[in-house]
Amino acid sequence: MTATHQHQHGGPPSATPQKMTPAWKLLATLAVAGAAAGWLVVMVYNVTLPAIQKHAGEQVDGAVREVLKAPVRWDTLYLIGNAVTATPPAGSNIRELTKAFVGFDAAGARIGVAVVAAEPGFQELLTLMIGFDPSTGALTGYKVLDQKETPGLGDKVEVDKSFGAQFAGRIVPLKGVKTLVAGNPSQVQTITGATISSRAVIRIINDAVAKWRPLLEAHDRGGQR
Amino acid sequence: MTAVPVPGLVSAPPSSAPALVPGAPPPATVFADVWRGIGRENPVLVQFLGMCPTMAVTNVLANGLAMGIATTFVLVGSGLFVSLFRKYIANEVRITSYILIIATFVTLADMLLAATFPDISKALGPFIPLIVANCLLLGRAEAFAAKVPVYRAVADGFGMGAGFTLSLCLLSTIREVLGKGSILGHDLFGPRFEPWVFMMMPPGGFLTLGIALLGLAWVMELRKRRALVTA
Repeated sequence: MTATHQHQHGGPPSATPQKMTPAWKLLATLAVAGAAAGWLVVMVYNVTLPAIQKHAGEQVDGAVREVLKAPVRWDTLYLIGNAVTATPPAGSNIRELTKAFVGFDAAGARIGVAVVAAEPGFQELLTLMIGFDPSTGALTGYKVLDQKETPGLGDKVEVDKSFGAQFAGRIVPLKGVKTLVAGNPSQVQTITGATISSRAVIRIINDAVAKWRPLLEAHDRGGQR
Repeated sequence: MTAVPVPGLVSAPPSSAPALVPGAPPPATVFADVWRGIGRENPVLVQFLGMCPTMAVTNVLANGLAMGIATTFVLVGSGLFVSLFRKYIANEVRITSYILIIATFVTLADMLLAATFPDISKALGPFIPLIVANCLLLGRAEAFAAKVPVYRAVADGFGMGAGFTLSLCLLSTIREVLGKGSILGHDLFGPRFEPWVFMMMPPGGFLTLGIALLGLAWVMELRKRRALVTA
């Protein structure tokens, strides 16, 4: 009798004593773990950053070389506000600036200018490096820097060399057609099954040249090289 | 060949085990800990964990392999640290701590991949950071690494990672050969091969996985029948 009575007061016997961890201990655990994780991430970030930036630079260099048909050297121009300049204002982060690369051949003559442009493709941003001659509006070529077009169809704008090759020498503004008309210097044949991606490439090139050509001409008139 | 369980070998007398943690996995050799993830508890083909990267990155072998290696790195690293600090991580904040450990290793894997293989890193895009959300990682931390000594947690992480990598390689090899006519970028069939583009796209992933599971189920069924006949 007394046993059961006491038992009722003692609470349910099955309840194992659930020990609560004090709040300061929880906070300390998370604070130490967070600090250690942050330290580790920063360490590895510092170690890997030079290599990552080097790869990015190499990718841009390779693209400039490809679209300007192997220039001997190139100058970099910076877009500041609404004007192009060879000398960025002091204190500006060169990495963040919009650039144009002016390529020269062995004789010192200008081959063309390479610029980066991005616009929506079939499903994602399509980023191109575009080479053209600002004085004539003739293209020297383009290279896809980044694309998420449909594999096997839209990605032919990057993979299919015969499509890419027809841009060299074409006069902007380009027009995409299914069948080429002989003697028209502005026509480009679109890829069967990838019409939208082909047209996106043409649109990006037309827009980029339309944007950069007056800027570069104004810069040339300024007389500074 | 046939692993018939011997009575008394698997279920050890309860007095011998000092009962580490409630719900702790039964004792096993290191080899068994590694082999479990590759075979009987394969993450993709048996446990159906990590289906998102399985579908998303297995279009070419290089991507599947890189995703598998990155996931293995995170599994081993997080298993090591979860097990190492299992006595200091309070029960109330354990999931937060595990995710923090996993996220740290994912960030490291992402940066190391970008520094060493920029092309693959670009192709995998957001799927490397998304390893954090792969339930395989938290699942192994909570169910295994938090309850066993360090060497077992590492062995399990390595085994699960290897099983994940092998499954992704199997699927991505099939998809690259059929969808691109190449293997690791090397052309196999010459210019007259018309690639089956469908295999490169998400539905091709589902089809390949379905066929792989069908094949696995068929082999298991055959084995079961053979065991019945010999018994």
